[in-house]
Amino acid sequence: MSETAEHTGHHIDVKEFHPRAQAAIHNPKIRKNFRSAMDGLMSKRKTAFEGWDLETLRDLGANVRLRALANLPDLLEQLEKKLTENGIRVHWAVDGDEACRIVRDICKARDAKTVIKGKSMVSEEMELNHYLEEQGIEALESDLGEYIVQLADETPSHIIMPAIHKNTGEISQLLHDKTGTDLSNDVEYLTASARQQLREKFMNADVGVSGVNFAVAETGTLCLVENEGNGRMTTTVPKCHIAVTGIEKVVPSMEDVSALLALLTRSATGQHITTYFNMISGPRKAEELDGPEEVHLVLVDNGRSSIYQDDELLDTLRCIRCGACMNHCPVYTRVGGHAYGTTYPGPIGKILMPHLIGLDEGRHLPSASSLCGACGEVCPVKIPIPDLLVRLRQESVDGDKLHPAKVRGHGAKRSSMEAMIWKGWAWMHASPGIYRFGTGAASKFRALQPSKAGAWTDYRTAPKLAAKTLHQRMKERGQ
Amino acid sequence: MVDPIKVYPSKPAKVYFYGTCLVDMFYPDAGIAGVELLEREGIEVLFPQDQTCCGQPAYTSGYHDQARSVAKAQLDLFPGDWPIVVPSGSCGGMMRKHYPDLFKDTPDEVKAAEVAGRVWELTDFLLNVCHIKLEDLGEPTTVAMHTSCSARREMGVAEVGPKLLGQLKNVNLVEQIRPEECCGFGGTFAVRHPEISGAMVSEKVDTLVDTGAKEFVTTDCGCLMNIAGYAEKNQKPVSGQHILSFLWARTQGKEGQQS
Repeated sequence: MSETAEHTGHHIDVKEFHPRAQAAIHNPKIRKNFRSAMDGLMSKRKTAFEGWDLETLRDLGANVRLRALANLPDLLEQLEKKLTENGIRVHWAVDGDEACRIVRDICKARDAKTVIKGKSMVSEEMELNHYLEEQGIEALESDLGEYIVQLADETPSHIIMPAIHKNTGEISQLLHDKTGTDLSNDVEYLTASARQQLREKFMNADVGVSGVNFAVAETGTLCLVENEGNGRMTTTVPKCHIAVTGIEKVVPSMEDVSALLALLTRSATGQHITTYFNMISGPRKAEELDGPEEVHLVLVDNGRSSIYQDDELLDTLRCIRCGACMNHCPVYTRVGGHAYGTTYPGPIGKILMPHLIGLDEGRHLPSASSLCGACGEVCPVKIPIPDLLVRLRQESVDGDKLHPAKVRGHGAKRSSMEAMIWKGWAWMHASPGIYRFGTGAASKFRALQPSKAGAWTDYRTAPKLAAKTLHQRMKERGQ
Repeated sequence: MVDPIKVYPSKPAKVYFYGTCLVDMFYPDAGIAGVELLEREGIEVLFPQDQTCCGQPAYTSGYHDQARSVAKAQLDLFPGDWPIVVPSGSCGGMMRKHYPDLFKDTPDEVKAAEVAGRVWELTDFLLNVCHIKLEDLGEPTTVAMHTSCSARREMGVAEVGPKLLGQLKNVNLVEQIRPEECCGFGGTFAVRHPEISGAMVSEKVDTLVDTGAKEFVTTDCGCLMNIAGYAEKNQKPVSGQHILSFLWARTQGKEGQQS
């Protein structure tokens, strides 16, 4: 049911993964930009964890997230209660469309014309900018990477560094073309000019929209991790602040935040701590001089509660959005973020997006992995990403009678031809006599082995059948 | 979820040898080398002739019913309580790590878990169970090593290969950049996503060539097929062999042969 694409407002056909990946692979600039950026991020992460007992910390991170998820319904209720007490208005959205309408209604009630945005991947999931534009409300990104992506009319290619696909030269040219900034390779200068342009927008914006990294149930606090100060501006300068986040971001207490924060910043950018860590606990109080008059939180489900129903898939919701899995992914490094055509690219995207857009639309995502395990190895909350990829592969071909598939759009990748091949394969390999006869015959007639073997030999020579199989040689040895 | 801690058994009198289908058909020399190394350590090698494939290709493709039927045919091959050694991190990982999941909630659940617990990657077994001491009889040479992702991450044996090679006094082991990055094989991934796999293996070969070594060794025949096959087709000056073939040849005073 590809109509599901409409539901999340997708304009890119996710199914067209192959042509996009192929184009990226043959684009030297993309290859170079990602390779060098990912090499840098991997090395920064490694350095940041030096001297730490990383495995113990990852166990702690995993347990914090598991405990939070185990009590998710109760924690959400507690969060709503606490936030309400703190004067933050809580809204629930079943999907991206509903979340967009909630934001619109808040804007309309204030007669808001301009929205300034801090970085929020959930708002990308909602396609909020596009929606607000249609409603006559200007939405401007204030995170530098997001700002660049918006100027270029693109989508983020990485969840932490949205414009990582561009090098300094490309960014300079873009800023020059769109905003009249002088061409320069001086990153400081480019940043300063963008900052200047954004500063004015902050002062005039009616509403600020931000994401949330951790929502603390016990205290009713929204935590926001950022480096540029734009998050603080977004959440304090405009008179109204709307935070949007997924329902899985809630944690029981501030103590839980400390472990996750230590893991998040080190895993993401190799920083011990980000420049800014915002804790938002309510609108401006009577005696306070600044801060918004109104604060809202929109809690977005968008497929998450269906993930929550399954004991194995549930692990997907542990994610704290650090991006380490993409930084270490050999596939992501080759094809870049845009090839996936999804809000969340890379390994986390491959296990999360099928739930958001359906396994029919996202049928190529789970297979686009060598299952090398680098993602699972670096994940700060130990999501078994390769195992979940295998699970989704099973779901996409309805391949397990014992564990019937349940993800929306399951079975879309099943072809009767492939199913027949695997049945034949299983018949041969479950029958030792037939296997020995077949492999023995293949060895005997190995001169007839074709030198081409489909896509394999586009890049490599075909493996050569041995004169005798190991079975035969062991038998000759009397074993 | 806690990763199980590896507890090595004491050196047994016998082992079951699970050859794997790739070794069986394409690299039997590597299998024989493994058998010879074990026998030199005084271990009797049992080779169940009814072994076929661990089931992994179907498993990672999502065809779990078919993977289960093939894996089930392997479960009865090891009636004694001897360790099961596998000259592959990938097939070893399938049996050790994934069999228990594959047979969960089936009548074979207990047997699968019992078999899984006896599975060892062969180089790991030689080093840490047999405490093998290798005497190098070969000419001075330089090699690079590629440890498969499954050997590294599922079987946790990344340090084993370099330690074994380190015992060979005339072998200079050089390390390529990004040694832990996947070579792009990934089983059916290589044919489902040929361009991505091709891009990965081309970079892997470049980093191996950059070490200056003319030869690399690896724990897994999937990686070997991929890396050496790419190097051969594109006339890159590096060739490969299974680490077991290399170890056996070096300690026999003759150079290793490829299948």
